[in-house]
Amino acid sequence: MSPDSLDQPPGSAADQRLELMRQIATEGIPHNRELGLELLDVQGRGCSMRLPYREDLVGNPVTGVLAGGVVTALLDAACGMAVMVVLESPAAVATLDLRIDYLRPATARKSLLARADCYRITQHVAFARAVAYNDDPDDPVASAAGAFMLTRGAGRRR
Amino acid sequence: MARVAQAREAGDPDVLVSSIPYARFLGVTAALDAGQLLGKLSFTPRLIGNPVMPALHGGTVGALLEMTAMLTVLWQVPGVGVPKVINLTIDYLRPAAAEDVLARGTVTKQGRRVVNVFAQAWQRDPSRPIASANAHFLIEPLQDGAADRTG
Repeated sequence: MSPDSLDQPPGSAADQRLELMRQIATEGIPHNRELGLELLDVQGRGCSMRLPYREDLVGNPVTGVLAGGVVTALLDAACGMAVMVVLESPAAVATLDLRIDYLRPATARKSLLARADCYRITQHVAFARAVAYNDDPDDPVASAAGAFMLTRGAGRRR
Repeated sequence: MARVAQAREAGDPDVLVSSIPYARFLGVTAALDAGQLLGKLSFTPRLIGNPVMPALHGGTVGALLEMTAMLTVLWQVPGVGVPKVINLTIDYLRPAAAEDVLARGTVTKQGRRVVNVFAQAWQRDPSRPIASANAHFLIEPLQDGAADRTG
């Protein structure tokens, strides 16, 4: 065991991985922290995130529905995070493009959840999909797909 | 709806934008520049995505483009209510420096129900955009009476 691992808090490797990713997702990315984004879980090739409802993130104060741009930010963050999960490192990941389909209005005064899946990694580019939902991931508020540029030799030949 | 009318009467899109909490949170404002709508994202450290470079978070630029595209429809297409975004594709072209961002939209196709808008964002040089977007919006003419509730 390396001297570093002796200082690790008790917990499984999976817990530690989640904690590392959580630090990247929030401390490492200031705007994610400003939005109040939470990393709930990381899975084999993806992650789950949560954006707690806040009045200053709303589009229309009368309806109390989170603004469309917030959904964009959540989906961008979730896809980027999914890529990092698969890379197993906080390598530099830059969004090339992101397409978002708005499927239904978000529920007023409710938090938004996101699930992202990085389904393909190549030497230079990673591809991810995500959905944003209030209650049911199979009935999402929005659906996204993105391509991400990998830098610093982080990609893989497959 | 009253805010839209107020903004149009005042000839100032920022009357509407300033009533959107998320726009205030991000620091997005709007103005007319030679009759054309210009969106602006004013830099603050809370917008940073990558603190090492530093670069703005892609979601903030995306949000600016989406809002600017929506406002462009509102401003160019007379007599409609607030457009509802159907979809949005954002191309990230260059890293966004830790500075202000400007954006402008163009209506590429105005249908009866759907409007297609192209928007670009830049920082110091309009000929070197940092990002662009294509968006489809659903519109409903204000004279049509009952609002469309199918979402």
